[in-house]
Amino acid sequence: MIPIPAINLGSILPALILCAAGLVVLAVGLFVRRGAVTVAALISLVGIVLAFMTNSPLRALNAEAFSGLVAADSFCWFLNILILIAVGLTVLISAKYLADEGMALPEYFVLLLFCAAGMMFMVSGNHILVIFIGLETLSISVYVLAGIHPAIPRSQESALKYLLLGAFSSGLFLYGAALLYGSAGSLALPALAKYFQAGSTSLMAKAGMGLLLIGFGFKVAAVPFHMWTPDVYEGAPTPITAFMSVGVKAAAFAAFVRVFFDSLAALQVNWSQILWVLALVTMILGNLAALVQDNIKRMLAYSSIAHAGYILVGMVAGHTEGTSALLYYLLAYTFTNMGAFGVVALVGRKGEANNMIDDYRGLAKLHPLLAVTMAIFLFSLAGVPPTAGFVGKFTIFSAAVKEGYVGLVIVGVLTSAISVYYYFRVVMKMYMEAPATEPQALHFGPAVVVGLLIAAVGVLYIGIFPITYLDLAAKSVMPLF
Amino acid sequence: METLMFYILSVVTVGSAVFVVLLRRPVYNVLFMILTMIGLAGFFILLRAEFVAMVQLIVYAGAIMVLFLFVIMLLNIDQIRPPVQARDIRWWAGALIAFALFGLILVVIKGIVLPAMETAVVAGQSNTELVAKELFTTYLLPFEIASVLLLAAIIGTVVLIRKQS
Amino acid sequence: MVTLHHYLVVSAALFALGVIGVMIRRNLIVVLMCLELMLNAVNLSFVAFSHYLGSLEGQVFVLFVMVVAAAEVAVGLAIAVAVFRQKGSIDVNDVNLMKW
Repeated sequence: MIPIPAINLGSILPALILCAAGLVVLAVGLFVRRGAVTVAALISLVGIVLAFMTNSPLRALNAEAFSGLVAADSFCWFLNILILIAVGLTVLISAKYLADEGMALPEYFVLLLFCAAGMMFMVSGNHILVIFIGLETLSISVYVLAGIHPAIPRSQESALKYLLLGAFSSGLFLYGAALLYGSAGSLALPALAKYFQAGSTSLMAKAGMGLLLIGFGFKVAAVPFHMWTPDVYEGAPTPITAFMSVGVKAAAFAAFVRVFFDSLAALQVNWSQILWVLALVTMILGNLAALVQDNIKRMLAYSSIAHAGYILVGMVAGHTEGTSALLYYLLAYTFTNMGAFGVVALVGRKGEANNMIDDYRGLAKLHPLLAVTMAIFLFSLAGVPPTAGFVGKFTIFSAAVKEGYVGLVIVGVLTSAISVYYYFRVVMKMYMEAPATEPQALHFGPAVVVGLLIAAVGVLYIGIFPITYLDLAAKSVMPLF
Repeated sequence: METLMFYILSVVTVGSAVFVVLLRRPVYNVLFMILTMIGLAGFFILLRAEFVAMVQLIVYAGAIMVLFLFVIMLLNIDQIRPPVQARDIRWWAGALIAFALFGLILVVIKGIVLPAMETAVVAGQSNTELVAKELFTTYLLPFEIASVLLLAAIIGTVVLIRKQS
Repeated sequence: MVTLHHYLVVSAALFALGVIGVMIRRNLIVVLMCLELMLNAVNLSFVAFSHYLGSLEGQVFVLFVMVVAAAEVAVGLAIAVAVFRQKGSIDVNDVNLMKW
C-alpha cells in the first residue's frame, strides 16, 4: 500500500479551471459548426472569470502543497492575476482577429488556456521540475500558436525559429538543473536554498546557476539571448505576439525571480553582477534597434526587449524594493503592451497587410478614439506621466538608486529618453501626417472595444493611483524573503 | 567487466553521436541516433536505472525515432541531396563554441564533490517499483501536468498539419 | 573502476556534439535530432548523479524530460512538414533562421 500524500486542490484551482475550460472548448468545438469561435471565446472568458474568483484565497493561503512541489503564496497570487488579465485580453482581441482571418479554430483557445495553465504552474513551482514542466507546457502551446496562421508563411517560420531556439534554451536550462542536482542532491527550491546557505558553493553549482540563467535569459528575451524575438514577434499572429510579449515574459520573470531569490540567494553577489551586465546591454541594444524599425510589430518587439532590460534592473536592485517594483512594472507592462498590440491587430486588417508604421498616418482623423488609446499605450511604454509605465520605471529606478546602482539608472534614463523618439514617431504619424491613400474605415467588434477599454483604463488607473498597487506588489513578494 | 562494458558503450554512443552530427543522409542520421539511444540505455542499466533504460528503448529508440523516419519518408527528403557547401564561418564558430563548452564542462566536473545523502535506495525493491512509488506520490502533480502538456502537443500537431482549406 | 566522472565526461561529450550539430547543420530534421542529443546527454547526467547520490529524483526527472522531448519532437516535425509544404525545403537557411 502506497501512502498517498495530502492533495490540496485549492492551491492549483485556477490552473485546473483553465485546463477544464480548455477541455470544454475542445469538446464543444466538435459539435458547433457556425460561430465556433464566438462560442469558444465565451467559454474561455467564463473559465478565466471563474479562475479569477478562485484565485483570491491563494493570497492568504501561503502554504506548500503536493509534497512541497507547489508554493501557493501571495507571489503566485499576484502573478496569477497578471496571467489571467493577459489571457483574458488576448481572448477579447483574438475573437475579431480570427473572424477576420477566416480561421474557425476553437483549438486556438484551447491552446491559449493550456498555455495560461502552464504559466500558473510555472509561477507556483517550488521545485525545478514543476517549473520546467510548466515552462514546457506554455512553450509547446506557444510554438503552435505562433505558427497557427495557415495563410501567412511568416507565421510558420516564426514557429520554427521559436521552437528551435526554445528547445535549445531548454537543453541548456536542463543541463544547468542537472549540475545543480549533482551539487545539492535535490532540485526542490528549499533544499537548494539550504545547500547554498551552508556556504558550500562548488564550481559545478555555479556553472549550473549560469546555465539556468542563460535558459531564463532566452525566455525573457534578454540580450544576447534575444535573437529569436524580432522574427518570432513579427511572424506570429498579432494577438499571440501580444500574449507572448506579456504572458510568457511575466511567467518567465516570475520563475526567474523565485528561483534566484528563493534558492540561490546565497550566490546573489555572483549572479547580480551578471544580471547587471545583461540589463545594461539589453536596455541599450533593445532601444537602439527599435529606432530603425519600419514594421510596428518589429519595433514593439525590440521595445519589449528593452523593457526586459528595465525589469532586469529591478532584479539587480533586489530586496523587497526591487522585486516589488518589478512586479508592479510587469502589471503596468501587461496592460500597456496588450493594449498596444491590440490596436496593432486592429489596424493590421486582413492578412496583417498594414503593419508598417506608415500605415498609422492619419489614424487620428479616421478614428480619433482609437488614436487616443494608442497614444496612451505609447506614452505608457515611453514612461510619460501620468501613465502606469512612468510609475513602473520610476519605482524600479529609485529602488536601484537606493542600492547604489547609479550608473545603471543613468543608462536606463538615457535609453528611456531615446525610446521616446520611436514611440512618438508613431504618435506624430497618427496626428500630423495624412494617409497616402484614402483608407477604409476599420470595423470594430464589441470584444475588441471592451478589451482596449480595459487596457486603457488599467494603464491610466494604476498610473494615477499607484499606491494601492505598489503596496500589493510589496506584500506579494514577502514570501520570497 | 563493468569497466569494459562502460568503455564499449562509450565508444558506441559517442561514435554514433559523431555520425549523427556529420553524416549527410537523414536516414543514416536516424539509424545512428537509434544506436546512440541504445548505448544510453546500456549506460542506464549499468547505473541500475532499469526502468529508465526500458523507457529509453521503447519511447526514444522506438517511438520518437520512428516518428523521424516517418517524416523523412513522408517528405521524401532523403532523395534531395543539397550541394556540398564549403565550411563557412558559422561552421567554425559552431564547432569552436561547442568545444569551448566541452572544455568548460570538463573543468567544472573535475572538482566535483557529492553531498552526503540521508536517504539511500532501499535494497530488495525493484527499480521500477521505487520509481513508480515516487512518481505517484511525491511527483503526482508534475505527472498530471505532463498530461496537459501532451494533450497540448497532440492538438497542436493536428492543427499545424491540417490541409489548408 | 568506473566513477561518476566517467559518466559525466561522456555526457558532456554528447552535449557538446549536440550543440555542434545545432549550430552547423542546416537540415531541419537533423537539427531536431541534435536537440534530442542534447536532452539525452542531460538524461545521462541525471541518471549518473541519481545513482551516485542514491536518490531517485534524478530518474524521475529523466522521465519528464523524455515526455517533453517527445512532445517537442512531435510539434517540431509538424512545423517541419508545414514549412516543407510551403517552401519545398527544410533547409534552415531558407527560412532565414539566423537573421538578427
